[in-house]
Amino acid sequence: MEHTVREEQGNVVVSFKGDVDLEHSPKAREVLLGCVEEGQDVFVDLSAVSYIDSSGVASLVEAFQASKKKGTRFALVAVNAAAMRVLELARLDKVFTIHESLSEGISGGA
Amino acid sequence: MSESRSKRVLQLRFAARAAELKGVREAVREAVKGCGCSAKSSGDIVLATDEACQNIIRHAYGGESDDVIEFEIEHRGDVLVFSLVDHAPAIDPSQVKPRDLDDIRPGGLGTHFIRRVMDEVEFLNPPSGRGNLLRMVRRID
Repeated sequence: MEHTVREEQGNVVVSFKGDVDLEHSPKAREVLLGCVEEGQDVFVDLSAVSYIDSSGVASLVEAFQASKKKGTRFALVAVNAAAMRVLELARLDKVFTIHESLSEGISGGA
Repeated sequence: MSESRSKRVLQLRFAARAAELKGVREAVREAVKGCGCSAKSSGDIVLATDEACQNIIRHAYGGESDDVIEFEIEHRGDVLVFSLVDHAPAIDPSQVKPRDLDDIRPGGLGTHFIRRVMDEVEFLNPPSGRGNLLRMVRRID
């Protein structure tokens, strides 16, 4: 798994690439919670995620809940079919705010 | 389930380590696709079997170790039979249950994924009499 963190129009955009699995989800969790802890709105780009398991999903849930406590925004963007299938199986596709694209997310708010 | 057409399509033996799982996933995907599973079903099966391996690593063995997981897939007629054997102390199957999905929290999803994807899930006594044998069945579609 690789990741990048960048700022775009005052928001933090975290992009993951590759497998967000048991081996790599601790890093994903650390990155996401670190961004949320800074108090900025966070968009997570999942377009290049080839695989995500329950531990990866747990990282997203934990960051999502941390953002709610902070009162900041947290949204998923450009979720590809493989990742969306896992979110659907977990019935989290209706829990997370999900945008088709980053531009849609930023213009529409999380 | 037709026993007469039973064919072993994958047999793996690997250490209970997270770094082993990517290779296992690739082998499972190739094997089940080769048995006629659709891309979507193959993805679901990869997820469920990966979660089963993770449960062994995290819960049966209590963390990563050099202890062994034995994994086998059999093609029996129109179903696939997945067998996972570990050599950890016997677990209590009644404690392996999916959580309530309305309780939104991190963790506890792995067993839910397994139950959603597989048609049958059961713990059996392993042939050696030690450890755990998880047997899962999924119809090919």
